[in-house]
Amino acid sequence: MLEFLNEPWPWYVAGPLFGLMVPLLLVFGNKPFGISSSLRHVCAICVPMKINYFRYNWKEEQWNLFFVGGVLIGGFLAHRFMGGDHQIAISQETVSDLTALGLTDFNSYLPREIFGWEHLLSVRGFVFMVFGGFLIGFGTRYANGCTSGHSITGMANFQFGSLIATISFFAGGLIMTYFILPYLM
Amino acid sequence: MKNLKFLFFGIIFGIILTKSEVISWFRIQEMFRFQAFHMYGIIGSAIVVAAISLLIMKRLNVRTSDGEEIIYPVKPYHKGVIFGGMIFGFGWALTGACPGPLYALIGNGYTVFIVTLFFAIVGAWVYGFFKERLIH
Repeated sequence: MLEFLNEPWPWYVAGPLFGLMVPLLLVFGNKPFGISSSLRHVCAICVPMKINYFRYNWKEEQWNLFFVGGVLIGGFLAHRFMGGDHQIAISQETVSDLTALGLTDFNSYLPREIFGWEHLLSVRGFVFMVFGGFLIGFGTRYANGCTSGHSITGMANFQFGSLIATISFFAGGLIMTYFILPYLM
Repeated sequence: MKNLKFLFFGIIFGIILTKSEVISWFRIQEMFRFQAFHMYGIIGSAIVVAAISLLIMKRLNVRTSDGEEIIYPVKPYHKGVIFGGMIFGFGWALTGACPGPLYALIGNGYTVFIVTLFFAIVGAWVYGFFKERLIH
């Protein structure tokens, strides 16, 4: 059992567990599973500046900040006590594709050649870490949800908006991966 | 305090995100290049399990643990879903992270993602600022 906890979890274990988050949050709290609304709540608390979008009673949405705080702690616990960082067993084709784009270090969750404090002020690092983050926040709020809120929760509740959102997430990801990323690497 | 249970659920979510390697930039690249089933299996089985759970809950008229009527999440379509969705897709492929992994990565010791999370919050703020002028 302990060995299983330390190994990477296969999709058929992790996927159903993610799926169970939806009924879990509804039954124990009547809350919709979603992460990106936390970004809005932080704005509403810190810099609302009389913007309509940030004028609501964020105190009623506090649960969401506890939830994302938990995600951070969960990441720490998994890292510290359940195996830690390791080489990801991605397919050989992906390794060749990324090698062709100039990556050499495949030893952790992320390419350390791109992500790290020391790269933050390089043009590449800035685009991936700063601009990338901006797009996540702007895009998920514009779309009113992210992978958890739309692709899992919304799709599971047969929401047409969520289907279109999920298709759009992928369309954006594919355009970035195939047409833009090669010029950024 | 009643919010503590959400902290606990978040911890579970953060552990699953890490152990399933969803937080890995490499896994997201592999997904967008259609070179493995892993991410599709995860998202697909998550949707199926969540959908079946909701159908059962509706059929049995399940109430919350406090006896309230459950509010099922509604996600109406508007054009912003397409534009915003694609913009998020760009960010997802660049950073290899959706919002959940942003938090989990920081916990995993990739502290530079504090900067990425900060700019995600900035992005949310800029959206709020321009919301009325954007197509929805």
